[in-house]
Amino acid sequence: MADEKFKVTIDGIPVEVAPGTTILNAARQVGGDIVPPAMCYYSKLEGSGGKCRTCLVKVSKGSEKDPRPMPKLVASCRTTVMDGMEVQNITSPDVLEARKGVVEMLLINHPLDCPVCDQAGECKLQDLSYEHGVSQTRYEFKRRTFEPIDIGDNIKLHMNRCILCYRCVYVADQLTSKREHGIINRGDHAEISTFIENALDNDFIGNVIDVCPVGALTDRTFRFKSRVWFTKPVNAHRNCPTCSGKVTLWYKGEEVLRVTARKDEYNEVEAFICDTCRFETKKTADWVLEEPTSISKQSVIDANHYDVFNPPPVIKKNLQLQEANEEQLERTERLK
Amino acid sequence: MNFWERMYLPAIAKGLGITIRHFFKKIPTVKYPEVQRSYSKNFRGLHSLKRDEEGRERCTACGLCALSCPAEAITMIAAERTKEEEHLYREEKYAAVYEINMLRCIFCGLCEEACPKEAIYLDGPHVTAEYLRKDFIYGKDKLVEPVFDITKLNPEKTN
Repeated sequence: MADEKFKVTIDGIPVEVAPGTTILNAARQVGGDIVPPAMCYYSKLEGSGGKCRTCLVKVSKGSEKDPRPMPKLVASCRTTVMDGMEVQNITSPDVLEARKGVVEMLLINHPLDCPVCDQAGECKLQDLSYEHGVSQTRYEFKRRTFEPIDIGDNIKLHMNRCILCYRCVYVADQLTSKREHGIINRGDHAEISTFIENALDNDFIGNVIDVCPVGALTDRTFRFKSRVWFTKPVNAHRNCPTCSGKVTLWYKGEEVLRVTARKDEYNEVEAFICDTCRFETKKTADWVLEEPTSISKQSVIDANHYDVFNPPPVIKKNLQLQEANEEQLERTERLK
Repeated sequence: MNFWERMYLPAIAKGLGITIRHFFKKIPTVKYPEVQRSYSKNFRGLHSLKRDEEGRERCTACGLCALSCPAEAITMIAAERTKEEEHLYREEKYAAVYEINMLRCIFCGLCEEACPKEAIYLDGPHVTAEYLRKDFIYGKDKLVEPVFDITKLNPEKTN
């Protein structure tokens, strides 16, 4: 039984996975377009998932023994596979329709202040609504609004933008010893809050910024410094006593504007980093640089980034031109 | 040639006739700069950063104009609005520095199209000549439109 494998077909692609794997993780083993999007599920956090409903899929055949389809769309992050299961994700119009509805629900209270938000450009909700959403809202009532709150010195909470995915709650719960923040109230009134407005101070609390799929929790040291796509991500590491020290530095010019953990293609961090790495070491001298972070060509962060600096030969070699340029510069200086 | 043709007089009279006819025609020349020809409606000239009906700057420094700019002519630095500045800026964030390098700009109008806040329009005149390169970098002092009173605007003029 130990090395038994279940055969699953996702959108017609067969894959063999270990029993107990969720449909979402089985799809991630295949990769590509058939992976359902996930806003709340986070593979590094225990118990996450099942809240946002964006990962809904259709199970058209339950298993080899019981081939009846499942009566409703299921959340793929929480449903484990069965032997012979057949799953439809992007091949099912029902799923795409349901996902559209889910996006509409997620956006009901979202302020859509992307031009202001620091997360714009690396926001999962932005990607999701761009791919699956409709351009108009049917919601006619007032959106709920909150004032932005400072949680500690380094984190800003914009409750307006929160989609209640609970990821930050799990981070605070599982990574830190003293849990001080959670969700209070219910339903439409639910909000992320700290225990009687306590400031969160813990070595690893900065990770709530990284796990937040939207711009609800943002870095105060990076606040309005630059848009994400004007910065250049570079992988770096340092000898950190508390964490792995493997991070991504976001450069603008020669200045490190912010430090984040390294993220994989599903926007999940590879290893959580401590607050010293994130907020206090923002000089190039603190780090050992590795290489530019690879960014998907589809991402806006990739815009205007040139991998190799390859100046045309006229600038590299032509001494005469260089001299002429210097002369011109002198002349300009004289005119000033 | 015969006698009349050798005299040249008829030819001169004919030429003068053509010249004199032009005295009575409409003159196409415009006496620039005293008189200026009106631009066509879709002319794209100097950028202006717009204000809203309350006179607050519309730009929120989202950076989409700079991102869409094929010539990479636009740079900006954002800042957070304080409570006292709410009558100056429309959004929570505003552009503290907004610069367009007019030597780089190709007046394609993509910034205008990218702007989600209707804050930038290329509705000005030509960009004038300068002696120094640094003078072509237009900051907010040259780009932001002057404060206007919306109640006194002539609705026919604003199109």
